[in-house]
Amino acid sequence: MTLPERFIDWFASRGWQPHPHQLALLAATRDTLLIAPTGGGKTLAGFLPSLVDMAEGAEGLHTLYLSPLKALTADIARNLAAPVAEMRLPIRIEDRTGDTSSAKRARQRVDPPNILLTTPESLALMTSYPEAPKIFANLKRVVVDEIHALADSKRGDQTMLGIARLKTLAPGLIVTGLSATVSDPEALAQFMGGAEVLRADPGPAPDIALLPTRATAPWAGGNAHYAVPDVMEAVAKARMTLIFVNTRAQAELFFQALWENNPDNLPIGLHHGSLSREARQRVEQAMAEGALRAVVCTGSLDLGIDWGDVDLVLQVGAPKLVTRLVQRIGRSNHRYDAPSCARLVPANRFEVIESVVALEAVAAGNLDGQPHGPGPLDVLCQHILLTACAGPFEADSLFEEFRNAGPYRALTRAEFDACLDFCATGGYALKAYDRWQRLMERKGLWYLRDPRAAKLIRMNIGTITDPEQLNVRMARSRGGAPLGTVEESFAASLEPGDTFLIGGRVVAFERLREMIVEVANTPRKQPRIAVFSGVKMASSLQVSHQVQALIGDPSQWAKLPEDIRDWLETQRRLSVLPRAGVLACETFPRGDRWHFTIYGFAGRNAHQTLGLLLTRQMEALGLGPLGFVPTDYALMIWSVDPVEDAAALLNADSLREGLDGWLAGNSLIKRTFRSVATIAGLMQRNLPGQRRSGKQATFSSDIIHDTLRRHDPDHLLLRITRDEARRGLVDFDRIEDMLRTNPTIDHAHPPHVTPLSAPLVMEIGRVSVEGEGRERMMAREAEALMREAGLA
Amino acid sequence: MKVDFAGQQFEARPAGTLWWPERRWLIVADLHLGKSARMAARGGSLLPPHEDQDTLLRLKAEMEALPVARLVSLGDAFDDALAPEAMRAPDRALLEDLAGRCDWTWVTGNHDHAAVPGLGEIISEISEKAMTLRHIAGEGPDISGHYHPKARLGGTTRPAFLIGRAHLVLPAFGTYTGGLDCDGPVLSALVGPGLALLTGQNLIARPLGLPTKRKRA
Repeated sequence: MTLPERFIDWFASRGWQPHPHQLALLAATRDTLLIAPTGGGKTLAGFLPSLVDMAEGAEGLHTLYLSPLKALTADIARNLAAPVAEMRLPIRIEDRTGDTSSAKRARQRVDPPNILLTTPESLALMTSYPEAPKIFANLKRVVVDEIHALADSKRGDQTMLGIARLKTLAPGLIVTGLSATVSDPEALAQFMGGAEVLRADPGPAPDIALLPTRATAPWAGGNAHYAVPDVMEAVAKARMTLIFVNTRAQAELFFQALWENNPDNLPIGLHHGSLSREARQRVEQAMAEGALRAVVCTGSLDLGIDWGDVDLVLQVGAPKLVTRLVQRIGRSNHRYDAPSCARLVPANRFEVIESVVALEAVAAGNLDGQPHGPGPLDVLCQHILLTACAGPFEADSLFEEFRNAGPYRALTRAEFDACLDFCATGGYALKAYDRWQRLMERKGLWYLRDPRAAKLIRMNIGTITDPEQLNVRMARSRGGAPLGTVEESFAASLEPGDTFLIGGRVVAFERLREMIVEVANTPRKQPRIAVFSGVKMASSLQVSHQVQALIGDPSQWAKLPEDIRDWLETQRRLSVLPRAGVLACETFPRGDRWHFTIYGFAGRNAHQTLGLLLTRQMEALGLGPLGFVPTDYALMIWSVDPVEDAAALLNADSLREGLDGWLAGNSLIKRTFRSVATIAGLMQRNLPGQRRSGKQATFSSDIIHDTLRRHDPDHLLLRITRDEARRGLVDFDRIEDMLRTNPTIDHAHPPHVTPLSAPLVMEIGRVSVEGEGRERMMAREAEALMREAGLA
Repeated sequence: MKVDFAGQQFEARPAGTLWWPERRWLIVADLHLGKSARMAARGGSLLPPHEDQDTLLRLKAEMEALPVARLVSLGDAFDDALAPEAMRAPDRALLEDLAGRCDWTWVTGNHDHAAVPGLGEIISEISEKAMTLRHIAGEGPDISGHYHPKARLGGTTRPAFLIGRAHLVLPAFGTYTGGLDCDGPVLSALVGPGLALLTGQNLIARPLGLPTKRKRA
């Protein structure tokens, strides 16, 4: 395909020239993965073949656009409207997300637009309708935007299964993946089921450095408030600044801190995923109009939304992944040919070191990334049930279809059959549900036993199993927009009068009414509770190792700011310094507990596993472990009694033995099981009317997990949970690697918290340990309560 | 753990049963046998069908630890009226075995008022020593089930006995049972001041009707 006259004229009228990769994509005749930096005209490149193809009109749904973010679909609809209107192309474009009205969605099933912009979940829903073959019969193209972000999660596996279905319904379909810069494009192409890789010119090198600050970074903490005056100064100098913060809670706190230091009343907005849609849209609108000077945001603005004239990006807190840093840098100076300007604002001293390492990696072009494993089977189970909702299917052809999806290319027939059996009968050793099968086979075709079940199955679509979110509203407000959302567990922990931050203001909790958290205004400036969600991001192993090397080599400390050098010097004087070949450990008291820290630099997952294994051993030794927190650099365990002999605890052989029993009832495994059971359709996430049935009728996934473990230990869902835990949580190879490459154990007994361990004390993402120690703490707390009540 | 209630001596047990030594009665509430089968029949989830076996084996262990003369089930023994018939044969045999070991009294509940197990006497409530044993707490003093109480302590939530002046509420014994927070409005209003005994490895007592303190582990 070449560019028609009409399009050449349109480019010219804009003063543009088509990028080479836009023309290359136009000529492509098979699935393609386009790797282009932000601002490289990626989206237009993805749609150009469709626009050209439909220049003379089209029948029905021609192009499906999939994006990981709802907000992106609205943004793309706006951006596409301009060329379509200016070239008078006879193309109807609509979006469809969870926010689309049911009337419009019903109409789209009968009369779909030419270009439909939607999310993976909506695609799954659409393929589950009996009308799916008709809707997608004329489909020519699928564009998957930000495919690098999708490929990191189960949503990506779900997307690829959905596309495999589409290829069955519409043979000849061409898929285009659009991706920001990634470390391994070939792996991403394999994820697409084998696409051709097309690389755009990466553009000029970015201008990136630490933001100079007057005050020094604190030892611990994640809020970076010390840098607020410097950030305000940078904002005042720039036209438009994006301030990226790693978690929603930190975004709230930082936003509040900026406004307290804003004498000129510069317009600064806030944007994160817990805010209501209306609140987010207001900020997006104001940005697009150039009415804001800065926006404090989280990952909700991370993906290629194209907002006006950003000329400065500030990254507050450690960038965690170098790849993410590069993508965020791309947000500034959205013009392809001008260098991006970014400044890092580390929140504590550990993060200063990490930022220095990340800057070196960006300069050297070293992107990190993790290979995508084979597609998980819980997603497959969900997809089998959804397929059955659309109509009867043949097992053999469904198996072949699944194997056309990149993540499932190595799926075995045995795995497929196990999933089908789970969907049909529950897959239990007892074969108890022959009468109540969900799927029945008749004459070689599989059907839903009860067609009414389709409604329930469709309600369970999706692979995001985040905790339930509750809306927050002002009490006694009649309707009106909610202020935002909080996690159900957070809401459950609130008591009347508790204050917390949401939408940049401090509110007081009044009560929980139905599924609404009712709050009131409060004169208090400081919230009692700031953290309402703990989105936890992991650094790459590459960054971790470089951080260890830098800390352990004082000859390299010249790269670091002076206060950081002093901090490391204090650590060296007070305790031990982690260094190459040495596994540094510390034991110190804090409050009524003992803390044991290991600086393993083996990555968060390996430290997590190490935490599970070591707490088991400590339990056996009677040390009463209570909990642990893993980070990318270290593991901290707290217990009733101190760890004295670190070397005996860190013995590779005994750790390996412990691995066999490690699945036994720890909370991480149960958390993994809950997510697997929900995705696979064993647990319903939102049954109609369930809310009113009262809590005593529902019981937790932990009970199901324990029952299965006792009575049916080889059940499919336990196998999936184990696999997932092994891939996600275990990383045992890295523990062995850590012990091998650091043969010397240096165990210090400082009198109190040390400079390097202080950040761990503040970490979120703690794992509590059930055992004697917990029983002892509970008994202690119960005694205190009884005394307080005058009952003992 | 010894419990004095309505002038009588009881022993609350870590497994969630109540022992009345004077009468040698073992009292349990809310077994909810047949839960997973009922959910499957309704077209809902196909939950692991092992909960009847699990519940009965735990009950068996309690019966073998004590010289039980009578077992009293305080209602909702079965998840619905059809459950006794729909039970898997081995589970049904286990139940019959247990029922043959001592006298059984089935107090009827809101889930199984029509159930006819044929394995002992069926009665809507028992009056003994100026108190009542029934499914749903009414005019006290009474011993009841129904609410599946749970209590929170030190960041952990467990099924619990609630002991107030007029009401003693048992935790649900069935494997597939959820729970209602003892500090929530319903149970606070019902039980008033008193104690929650958390089940588990050991029973742990804590006061009721206090503002709960939340401490992060």
